[in-house]
Amino acid sequence: MKANATEVTRRQELIYELKIEQVMVREVISVSPDATIAELKELLRSRRVSGVPVIEGTRLVGMISIENLIRALEQGKTQALVRDFMTRNVQAVKSADSVVSAVNMFAHFGYGRFPVVDDNDNLVGILTKGDIVRGLLRQMEVEWHAEEIQTYRASHIFEDIESDDTSLFLRYNVASGDFVHGGAASSKIKKALERLGADPRVIRRVAVATYEAETNIIIHSHGGEITAEINPHLIRIVAVDTGPGIDDVEKAMTAGYSTAPDWIREMGFGAGMGLANIKACADEMKLESVPGEFTRLELTFSLE
Amino acid sequence: MAASLTVSDLVHALNASVVAGTNSLDRPVSGGYVSDLLSCVMAGAVQGNAWVTLQAHLNVVAVASLLELACVIITEGATPDEAMIKKADEEHIPLLLIPCRSFAAVKTLVELGVESTP
Repeated sequence: MKANATEVTRRQELIYELKIEQVMVREVISVSPDATIAELKELLRSRRVSGVPVIEGTRLVGMISIENLIRALEQGKTQALVRDFMTRNVQAVKSADSVVSAVNMFAHFGYGRFPVVDDNDNLVGILTKGDIVRGLLRQMEVEWHAEEIQTYRASHIFEDIESDDTSLFLRYNVASGDFVHGGAASSKIKKALERLGADPRVIRRVAVATYEAETNIIIHSHGGEITAEINPHLIRIVAVDTGPGIDDVEKAMTAGYSTAPDWIREMGFGAGMGLANIKACADEMKLESVPGEFTRLELTFSLE
Repeated sequence: MAASLTVSDLVHALNASVVAGTNSLDRPVSGGYVSDLLSCVMAGAVQGNAWVTLQAHLNVVAVASLLELACVIITEGATPDEAMIKKADEEHIPLLLIPCRSFAAVKTLVELGVESTP
């Protein structure tokens, strides 16, 4: 896609996602085909509408507008029936269609409103451009509120649950060589911290350190797991793997030292900066390793 | 730094193809960062940066997403695979593809007013 291609905004996405039935007005003022023109005139006047759908039982059979009414009155036919003056070839929209199809109909026909029918041509609502705008705004607000409420609830978890010491534990499996999901655990931990309302600067440090730890498990180990302990005072990240362990921990900590093979380096990993980055981000770092058994990295981030 | 540059401005200046994250082109660009080493990017790039790299694989998106970068500019005609594009769309990370080298891309960005974030 080239740069000048139309940008798809959330608003435009919604036009495709929202169904007509979610934005239409369900209480429809309608008229029977057997009503008289005099009765129609009274209906349009009292309800202050310029046109109504004509329904037989629940089925949409036509539309009749103020223009049709004027034509009937010009001919002096106040006692004629609606069915004789209504428009029979009605453009209707389907309730299950997406809002975008209605937008196209408005653009194409230039009408002010469309009757909405179900699959059996039963009238189920009416739709104006205003209804679409209102529906879109409502939906955008709902989505925004939903995220706000979730963040609010999460950030109050430590106040809502009473104990002497409440911690939240999150555990993620990290598979050896799984570059496809590389960063998944860090990303989820980051999102959890955002929901919990942690300081963005701390979140960034946790995210960077956890990503490096996760990448180390993927590249260097037989697999392992990452746990995050979160409480009001600190975040503790523990990355443990099942080996093969680090022969020389001190050397591994040296910036620029890496044991990563060439194919890993070609992907941009293996700069030998991982542990150095982690150390720079965490408030405390403990690294222990038993060659042939495991490596355990514990990081603490203070929230105070 | 030029006031309120957006990813969209970069796309035009670079004449780049946008293959993912097209709904996030109005994002402001806070500065630029160049490296092909992911750890360096993790350590050096900051939120809102445009990242210039010739790496084109999934983990680039993971890094960009974690750091909340404004976009990734992939140089030298490197082509992301389907998985990377899908992931970038999910994470709302614009991927800008250009045939020229990283050096040339940076030159264009500098002329546009994008600066290095300290």
